[in-house]
Amino acid sequence: MSRQASGLRAWAVQRISAVYLGFYFIYLIGLFLFSPPTSYEAWQGWISHPVAGVGLLLFFASVLIHAWVGMRDVIIDYVPIFLARLTLLTVIALGLIACGLWAARIVIMAGTAA
Amino acid sequence: MIINNRPVFLNLFQFRFPIAAIMSVGHRASGVLMLLCVPVLLYLLQLSLQGAQGFARAQEILQGGMGRILLLPILWALLHHLLAGIRYLFIDFDIGVSKQSGRRSAIAVMLAAPLLAIVIGFLL
Repeated sequence: MSRQASGLRAWAVQRISAVYLGFYFIYLIGLFLFSPPTSYEAWQGWISHPVAGVGLLLFFASVLIHAWVGMRDVIIDYVPIFLARLTLLTVIALGLIACGLWAARIVIMAGTAA
Repeated sequence: MIINNRPVFLNLFQFRFPIAAIMSVGHRASGVLMLLCVPVLLYLLQLSLQGAQGFARAQEILQGGMGRILLLPILWALLHHLLAGIRYLFIDFDIGVSKQSGRRSAIAVMLAAPLLAIVIGFLL
């Protein structure tokens, strides 16, 4: 993973995910400011719409990859001890994968709920 | 590893940090802070989708005292990271690279993020 997410590739991935996240957050803030879901039915209806659901899944995928590249940079800069660095990176990688699977489960199950 | 005997000065308390450096540290700190929020966000999302009762409970948590207090620093982190990120993207495209404009845009980010956080936090 670290070879795939380093150098120019990490630089590009970080910026592409950043652009998606930026637009998505502006959309989310607008949604919650101007037409916030006021009932469970409205909220569940929003997330089970295919466009919203896929957009949200793509958002979580972008968050995780963006967080990985960012945290990797921060840890390489501030954690010089090899074992500590390896432990932290492992914990973060596993945590991010777990969050990604959890998010996918939430969005997919919400889409199939009655 | 290059070995040299040049003197190293790393006393952080005697460093003078330009505003762009403080903004940059804020960019990293806000990123780490938001990463810690991901599991909380997922928990709330899951709760809000567990029927009408779960939705009401999630709303209660977000609009309760604790939710209100935590919302502001999280909104700040989000907006600081977003605005500083947009600034970096412009710099990638060679826009605003000069010392003076870099300083100005850093000040703009430092001021706009908390102000927008208060406005949006008030409206939400």
